[in-house]
Amino acid sequence: MELAAAVLAGDVRALARALTLVEERLPGARELCVKLAAHTGRALRVGVTGAPGSGKSTLIDALIHVARTRGERVAVLAVDPSSPRSGGALLGDRVRMTSHAADDGVFVRSMASRGALGALAPNAGEALDLFDAAGFTLLFIESVGAGQADVDIAAESDLTLVLTAPGGGDSIQALKSGILEIADLWVVTKGDDPRAASVKNELLSMLTLCGAPGIAERICIVASLAQQGVDALLRKIVDAGAAARADGGFDLRRRLRVRRRILAAAAELCAERLPVDTPLLAELEVRIRVGDLSVVGAARALLSGGNA
Amino acid sequence: MSRKIRVLVAKAGLDGHDRGAKVVAAALRDAGMEVIYTGLHQTPEMIVAAALQEDVDVIGLSLHSGAHLVLFRKVLELMRAQGLERVLLTGGGIIPAQDAELLQSEGVGRLFGPGTNTQELASYIKTEVAVRRAAGGER
Ligand SMILES: Nc1nc2c(ncn2[C@@H]2O[C@H](COP(=O)(O)OP(=O)(O)OP(=O)(O)O)[C@@H](O)[C@H]2O)c(=O)[nH]1
Ligand SMILES: [Mg+2]
Repeated sequence: MELAAAVLAGDVRALARALTLVEERLPGARELCVKLAAHTGRALRVGVTGAPGSGKSTLIDALIHVARTRGERVAVLAVDPSSPRSGGALLGDRVRMTSHAADDGVFVRSMASRGALGALAPNAGEALDLFDAAGFTLLFIESVGAGQADVDIAAESDLTLVLTAPGGGDSIQALKSGILEIADLWVVTKGDDPRAASVKNELLSMLTLCGAPGIAERICIVASLAQQGVDALLRKIVDAGAAARADGGFDLRRRLRVRRRILAAAAELCAERLPVDTPLLAELEVRIRVGDLSVVGAARALLSGGNA
Repeated sequence: MSRKIRVLVAKAGLDGHDRGAKVVAAALRDAGMEVIYTGLHQTPEMIVAAALQEDVDVIGLSLHSGAHLVLFRKVLELMRAQGLERVLLTGGGIIPAQDAELLQSEGVGRLFGPGTNTQELASYIKTEVAVRRAAGGER
C-alpha cells in the first residue's frame, strides 16, 4: 500500500516510517504532508512544558491512563534536547511511559530537538499532523521548559499546560516571564509532596497579581504517581478543547499555526540562499571595520546584491 | 548529509541495575546517534513495540540474567513478525562465546562482553547500519 494510505489506515509501521520521513525531510516527505493535510484537524493537541524534572513524562503517562478509559487514542511526541557537541541525543522520556507498551491505542515517539537552545524540533508540528491523520484523537507534545521551546510548543498546540513542581527552592521564580502568555492551564505536580499546596497558593497570588483572567479555574494540583487529580485535569483539558472548538479559537490557532510554519520555512529558505563566502561579503566586512557602514546596512546590501 | 542513526537501548530481564546500559546510551549519543532509552525490566514485546514506533536502525539489548538465549530469540522472532528484519539486533552482557556464536548464526549481530570499548561498539553500529541502509536502497 502507498505510504499516505497506510498512514490513514492506522498502520503502525507506516506511521513510524512517515515520522522519520518528515523528521529527516527525506524525499517524499512534502508530498506526504500535502496528501494528508485534508485529514488533519480532528485531534486535540496538548503541549506540556515545565522545567527539567518537573514531572512532564509522568503526568502524560497518568493522563494516558485516564484518556484510554474514555476511548481516546493517544499519541505522544516527546522532545528532548540534542547534544550541541556531538549532534547526538539521549531521549529518555519513554522510561516513564512504558506501562502502555502493549496498548495499540497509544503511540509514543521520541524526537531530538536538533535546533539551537533546546527549541522544539523544526518538524514537530508536521509529526503531530501525521498522528492526527493516523486517527489519534489526543496528542501530547512534551518539551523541555526552556525559552524558545515554550513558545514553539504553544504555537503547535491547541492548549498548553505549564508544570511547576515543589522543591528546588524557587520553583515559581523559575517560570520565565514569557510563559504567562502561553499557559492555558497551570499544573502543580508532585501533589503528594507536602509543599505542593503552598506552591499552588504562591502561583495563584502571582498570577492574580499579573492579572491573568479566570486564574483560579486554571490552576490544578496533581499527584501523577498516585493518579490523584489526573481525572479532573483531563476533564479540564477536554472541556477547554471543546470550548475552543465551539468559539472558533481552535480554528484560529490552526490557521495561525500554518502561517507560522510558512514564515519559518521562508526564513529557512532565505538563510540557505545567503551568500556566505563571496567577494561582496568581504567588501562589506571591510566597510564595517573602517566605519563606513553599519551591520544592518551591510545586511541590506547583502540581500539586495550590493547596493548599500 | 546522511540521516541520524537511531538506536533503542533496552534493559531486559529482572535484575535491577542499568548502569551499564546508561553508559552505553551516553557513549552512543556522544558518537552522534539518537538514542532512545527505555529503562529497566523490558519484555521482548515492549522492546519490539518501542522499536517499531521509534523506527530505529538498531536495538541494543543489555542483559545479565542468564536468559539471553530465550530473550534474544524472542526479540528476533517478534522483530520478524513486525517486518523489522532490517533492524540490527545487538547487545551485551555476560554471554558465553558459544551462545553468542549460536545467536549470530540465527541472525543476531555481534554481542559485546562487559567492559567493551564503547568506541568499538559505536563504529560497529555505524558500519552495520550503513550496510543495511544501502541494502534497503538508501545512501
Ligand atoms: N513524589 C512524586 N514524584 C514524582 C511525581 N511525578 C513525577 N515524579 C518524579 O519526578 C522525577 C521526574 O519526573 P519526569 O516525569 O521524568 O519529569 P520530566 O519533566 O519529564 O523530566 P525531563 O523530561 O527530564 O525534563 C521522577 O523521578 C519522577 O518519579 C509525583 O506525582 N510524585
Ligand atoms: Mg520527560
